[in-house]
Amino acid sequence: MMNRIKNLFANKGDKRILSIYYTAGYPTLNSTVDIAEALEKAGVDFLEIGFPYSDPVADGPVIQHSSEMALRNGMTLDVLFDQLKDLRKRVNIPVFLMGYVNPVLQYGVENFCKACAAVGVDGTIIPDLPMYEYEEQYQTVFETHGLSNIFLVTPQTSEERIRKIDRLSTGFIYLLSSSATTGKNLTVSENTESYFSRIRAMELDNPTVIGFGISNHDTFVHATDHADGAIVGSAFVKLLDDPEYSTKIAPFIQQLSPSVP
Amino acid sequence: MSKYQVNDNGYYGDFGGAYIPEMLYPNVEELRQQYLAIIQSAGFQEEFDQLLRDYVGRPSPLYLAERLSDRYGANVFLKREDLNHTGAHKINNTIGQILLAERLGKKRIIAETGAGQHGVATATVCALKGLQCVVYMGAIDIQRQAPNVARMKMMGAEVVAATSGSKTLKDATNEAMRDWINNPVDTHYIIGSVVGPHPYPDMVARFQSVISAETRKQLLEKTGRETPDYAIACVGGGSNAAGMFYHFLDSPEVKLVAVEAAGKGVESGESAATTVLGREGVLHGSRSLLMQTDDGQVVEPYSISAGLDYPGIGPLHAWLHKTKRATYASATDDDAMQAGLLLTQLEGIIPAIESAHALAQLEKMTFAANDNVVVCLSGRGDKDLDNYMKYFGF
Repeated sequence: MMNRIKNLFANKGDKRILSIYYTAGYPTLNSTVDIAEALEKAGVDFLEIGFPYSDPVADGPVIQHSSEMALRNGMTLDVLFDQLKDLRKRVNIPVFLMGYVNPVLQYGVENFCKACAAVGVDGTIIPDLPMYEYEEQYQTVFETHGLSNIFLVTPQTSEERIRKIDRLSTGFIYLLSSSATTGKNLTVSENTESYFSRIRAMELDNPTVIGFGISNHDTFVHATDHADGAIVGSAFVKLLDDPEYSTKIAPFIQQLSPSVP
Repeated sequence: MSKYQVNDNGYYGDFGGAYIPEMLYPNVEELRQQYLAIIQSAGFQEEFDQLLRDYVGRPSPLYLAERLSDRYGANVFLKREDLNHTGAHKINNTIGQILLAERLGKKRIIAETGAGQHGVATATVCALKGLQCVVYMGAIDIQRQAPNVARMKMMGAEVVAATSGSKTLKDATNEAMRDWINNPVDTHYIIGSVVGPHPYPDMVARFQSVISAETRKQLLEKTGRETPDYAIACVGGGSNAAGMFYHFLDSPEVKLVAVEAAGKGVESGESAATTVLGREGVLHGSRSLLMQTDDGQVVEPYSISAGLDYPGIGPLHAWLHKTKRATYASATDDDAMQAGLLLTQLEGIIPAIESAHALAQLEKMTFAANDNVVVCLSGRGDKDLDNYMKYFGF
């Protein structure tokens, strides 16, 4: 299953990889897979589907709101895996599940990994599952089920730690544009430039994707000048507030990344 | 090493750890590497002791409550944390953490608060040290606790309303963590209880351990014995209980009793009795017991006491509960209010409603005539007068 994400980066050539994050069960409980399908059609390269948590400390107001509404709509991991049953009949691009560790613990780590593998999820991003705990308790079961767990790097992450993350990663490395909660705008400064250059100079084994603060064409281009790809989250989730959102997905992706057909 | 101390990986048995996003890693790691060396240094100890003595007013008295003792047929001692500057035990921890923050070169302090006691204690030490202070408080709690909001503002703190979720303590904590993520270099987060990622639970317990260190000495003077038969304290996150139990953990003859808030009854759906209603889970950076749904969503707790209105419990307490080193009991709103009134009428002391939960436990226990019982009177009830007035119709 890791092959989908490996192939994507291996065969990308000059392409700037675009990933979109959105919250499962928002704006409506059953919109999850329809949105995935629309995003693939619009030319998005891979997806991060968020499973909601009541206390999302790493998220800003937009994703907090989508998580709260998704929970109110009745989203749970059980419901999500049921919705994703036919995912691979409709969606071919890599799909990651992103969320906080507590719902995974309650679902059972083994059950969670099994369910991910069964529906064709390629990997996970669990920001509050730190590397140490992952290695101690989770790595074996994630790898047994072919899941690629993604780690975050911030401007404050030490080189030694980045090297370790590179060794432990099997898909890509998620570079945060700054230490921030989601939904802040990327401001290009000498600091971010030197951070991105520093990472590039490390020549990591894994591809890098920049997230947090990527909201429009300029920030997308800027990010992908420095990394293999970029992730847009809050700006897309905001679009889903619009009752007519389904007609606006393609134009939104088009203006982010006009090179996409 | 005691089996009740945190291990090198930040765990008390199965509980603890540091479940934090990468954005918080450098801050928490800096603390983890430095906190012991700093708080064990002679300079720190000297300033900490001096401030606790001259500024906080320690040692707090250990008072033999005679009329209460008569009622319960045992020697009931009250550890008078209510007499501390700012009116509760919370200041022991904020003094320790502000000295630590200074030594780490931090310029800005953030904190969460429920009823406002920890917020006031944090604003107080920031005024004392001339550091910028931002306190996150649930929008609902801001309305309920206007005098404490005013105190914080008078001391120069900015009070920011947490408007997400239930708009109470849990949400204020979420907002404080978000602030810390966005300000990773110059800011120290003063957590108010024995919760949060390692090393917070251990660090806060150490600062609060002055409660039981003093109690041992005072008991020796008063009873000829350093240890009581019982030590009783209320538990929300569990900081006053951690302080009250700390130096008795390895004295197995001391029976430790923690009292949680049962709200309107443990099974009423409006309760904060985490050891009964909770299961293992992760919240605010540590693995502990947590009130949650089957899907792992955190359940809103309820207690009349804002300081106990928290859906989790510190990892040390989860471990003491699991190993049965301490007994976890609970008191309802009604039990606590009656116990608060009783103390007022028998001893002339108005306790915080939090502390009244610990007092309520006395009604449910049977003692031998010479038993020495220490109850941690963690705070005074001035902040709760409105609640007492409404409840009893004064």
